Amino acid sequence: MKIAVIQFPGSNCDQDCLRALTDGLRVPAEYLWHKETSVFGFDAVVLPGGFSYGDYLRCGAIARFSPIVKAIVRAANDGMPVIGICNGFQILCEAGLLPGALIRNQSLHFVCQPVWLRVETGETPFTAKLDKERLLRMPVAHGEGSYFAEPATLATLQSKRQVVFRYVDESGKSTRESNPNGSVLNIAGICNEARNVVGMMPHPDRAWDRRLGSEDGKLLFESLVGKLESAVIP
Amino acid sequence: MLGTLMKVHVIVMPKQSVLDPQGVAVRNALKDVGLDTVESVRVGKFLELEFRSPPAEMKLEEVCRDLLSNPVIEDYTIQYYSRADS
Repeated sequence: MKIAVIQFPGSNCDQDCLRALTDGLRVPAEYLWHKETSVFGFDAVVLPGGFSYGDYLRCGAIARFSPIVKAIVRAANDGMPVIGICNGFQILCEAGLLPGALIRNQSLHFVCQPVWLRVETGETPFTAKLDKERLLRMPVAHGEGSYFAEPATLATLQSKRQVVFRYVDESGKSTRESNPNGSVLNIAGICNEARNVVGMMPHPDRAWDRRLGSEDGKLLFESLVGKLESAVIP
Repeated sequence: MLGTLMKVHVIVMPKQSVLDPQGVAVRNALKDVGLDTVESVRVGKFLELEFRSPPAEMKLEEVCRDLLSNPVIEDYTIQYYSRADS
């Protein structure tokens, strides 16, 4: 088993993601540079947070056309598990692997704070070990994280159970106050229809050790590793 | 000698259905500095492209749709000018 952590010029959570996997879970993971044209030899892909290509034009707009993202789109369409965190989520939306878009926070402020998330579905490789409605604690850190989609897209997301995480308060209620960026329906993370591609604004890569303030993020990576291990034929 | 360059202006604007918090903040600032009848402001992008020879119209539409704008949240307008000095 080997997991790829993609590096773009401007990525800044690549090391967090790699260490979550190699130190937190002790599974093999390697960086993959944005100019690579294949994800051959890898079993899953992590698109980390940061400011790929300086966020020029729009967040993720230029990364979407990089050679590695073209390869990831092909692999994702073949069923490879892919997670995009923060800027990675923005890239997945720009690339068309996930519906909707992430726009400027409603407050116009960059938000950097711990949030509560409610798991809305365990049916993704990254939430397989999590019960529906379980609460998770991890930080957000973004200026453009307000999830937006047209009403028809939102209806599909809901009817096909593609909303993976919602921003909630400590008691698990999705309220206006618990929404850090103005995302529609308090959406913090979604998956594609095939459920192998997940995008989320909060950072599990910054919450995998007690010393980081929370270990909840580790559960997502553990879910992935569990899925990958069960997929290997002995 | 510069010759004739073709100039294309691309204007990218947030869709009406998308909340534009930046526009709201600018509107409030305009009111604060005395432009008190301003009703609304929307903030978009203006791109100026210069070409040695005219671009294929379909290709230009394609890059406006796929790269210069995001159709989920933005609309674009293309304006053609025949000369760089126009």
